[in-house]
Amino acid sequence: MTAARSTGRSLLTEFEAGLDAPICLTWELTYACNLACVHCLSSSGRRDPRELSTAEAMAIIDELERMQVFYVNIGGGEPTVRADFWDLIDYAVDHHVGVKFSTNGVRLDAAAAARIARTDYVDVQISLDGATAEINDAVRGAGSFDTALRAMDNLVEAGVTGFKVSVVMTRENVDQLDAFKRIADVRGAQLRLTRLRPSGRGADVWDDLHLLPGQQRQLYDWLVDHAEEVLTGDSFFHLSPFGQALPGLNLCGAGRVVCLIDPIGDVYACPFAIHDSFRAGNIRDAGGFTPIWKASPLFAQLREPQSGGLCSSCNFYDSCRGGCMAAKFFTGLPLDGPDPECVQGYGEQLLLGRQDSVRPKPGADHSRLLPLTVKQRGHLPVQACVEDPLAGFDPNAHAPLSA
Amino acid sequence: MSTTLGITSRFDETAAWALHASVSVRPERFGALLYDFRTRRLTFVKDPMLTRVLTCLAEYGTPQAAFAAVGVPEEAQDRYLVALARLAETEMLTRTSGLVSP
Repeated sequence: MTAARSTGRSLLTEFEAGLDAPICLTWELTYACNLACVHCLSSSGRRDPRELSTAEAMAIIDELERMQVFYVNIGGGEPTVRADFWDLIDYAVDHHVGVKFSTNGVRLDAAAAARIARTDYVDVQISLDGATAEINDAVRGAGSFDTALRAMDNLVEAGVTGFKVSVVMTRENVDQLDAFKRIADVRGAQLRLTRLRPSGRGADVWDDLHLLPGQQRQLYDWLVDHAEEVLTGDSFFHLSPFGQALPGLNLCGAGRVVCLIDPIGDVYACPFAIHDSFRAGNIRDAGGFTPIWKASPLFAQLREPQSGGLCSSCNFYDSCRGGCMAAKFFTGLPLDGPDPECVQGYGEQLLLGRQDSVRPKPGADHSRLLPLTVKQRGHLPVQACVEDPLAGFDPNAHAPLSA
Repeated sequence: MSTTLGITSRFDETAAWALHASVSVRPERFGALLYDFRTRRLTFVKDPMLTRVLTCLAEYGTPQAAFAAVGVPEEAQDRYLVALARLAETEMLTRTSGLVSP
């Protein structure tokens, strides 16, 4: 992103006060997912019977067009398992709303890749949390590495370039940064790194998977060396006190420039904050999305100038601005204090004194009814009785998606 | 003719320019957001007057004609040319014939 600058208030101040419409809106189309990743932000697995109909989803797209939201980040769950997925993509493109969708690749066959190749308005990111099957599948499930790689190969075959390979950074994969970049580079794709958040099922594995202090430094140094080549979704601004700021807005955009619409139409301040405390309304309420974005009391509150609270005396507050709201909330830390991964170690100190009972539970749990743990390497794959929303669906042998 | 401002040396300010057809402009109180659907590049224009220049550039053709139409003061024009040159570098601005369609 670049800025053609002039006078007046800084852009940061403008963004903190909120814009007339989101810059970046995440829209999760379904809670259904063929996978059961241990760190899923939205605790996905089973479809929610209240999920938006095709007509309701199209009405949202109409609204986004009117608000000039340039593009939406579509996710889930696994969004491509919705039967109307491509209809909604086509509808968005026809209404000048660009789409970037996240997928584990399960339905990204040659026909889907060819569709993506036909338009500039559709971008895709394939989730991959290990540069080897061993590391990836321990978090995302048996076979998910091969599925993702096959999807990437289909995109390459169809001539799609610049698609994203999207990685959640963990204690287990931080040593694979160069290998991830090679996976993207050789396919003409771009690497995207994001932060593990203690949201959804991520809360259950955060203690075991979040980066250790030395690994945070390792990641920061790597990001500085590769600033122009990787995307981060602005997710590592809490690391800025290590030195120079990383590229991006370097602020918490929740309710200010970003928000989330979940599969049942609930609007949350950000994709990492699916909890009643951050729910601003539902698009089925009168007026739809616009009045929620413009006038919900929650968003108004988030757009007020924030004080540093416990962090106000810290020399680094201007560079990290207290870090990620959701990370604090779901680890049971005060919102006006340090991020749990504060590089000065202040968050860690607070975590040590915290009672486990203060850790909030996610707002909604759509997990399939099986216990999920990070698999130890060498363990057997998940049991055969997993209830699968794609029952009978074989990604290797299904008919091409209808045109 | 070119200015001495470095980046604008390759920017022909006497030519006719317009925002590329793939670029959308979203007005904001501080100026505008520009988004290029082709490159997925987002740019912030932090100046309402520059926003007006951009949105009427296709109509007036040359930067100077647009500056005159919008009333850009003399002393601000070099700064605006630098901004236009940067947008041309990222191909958000594109050369046109300068012929205004009826």
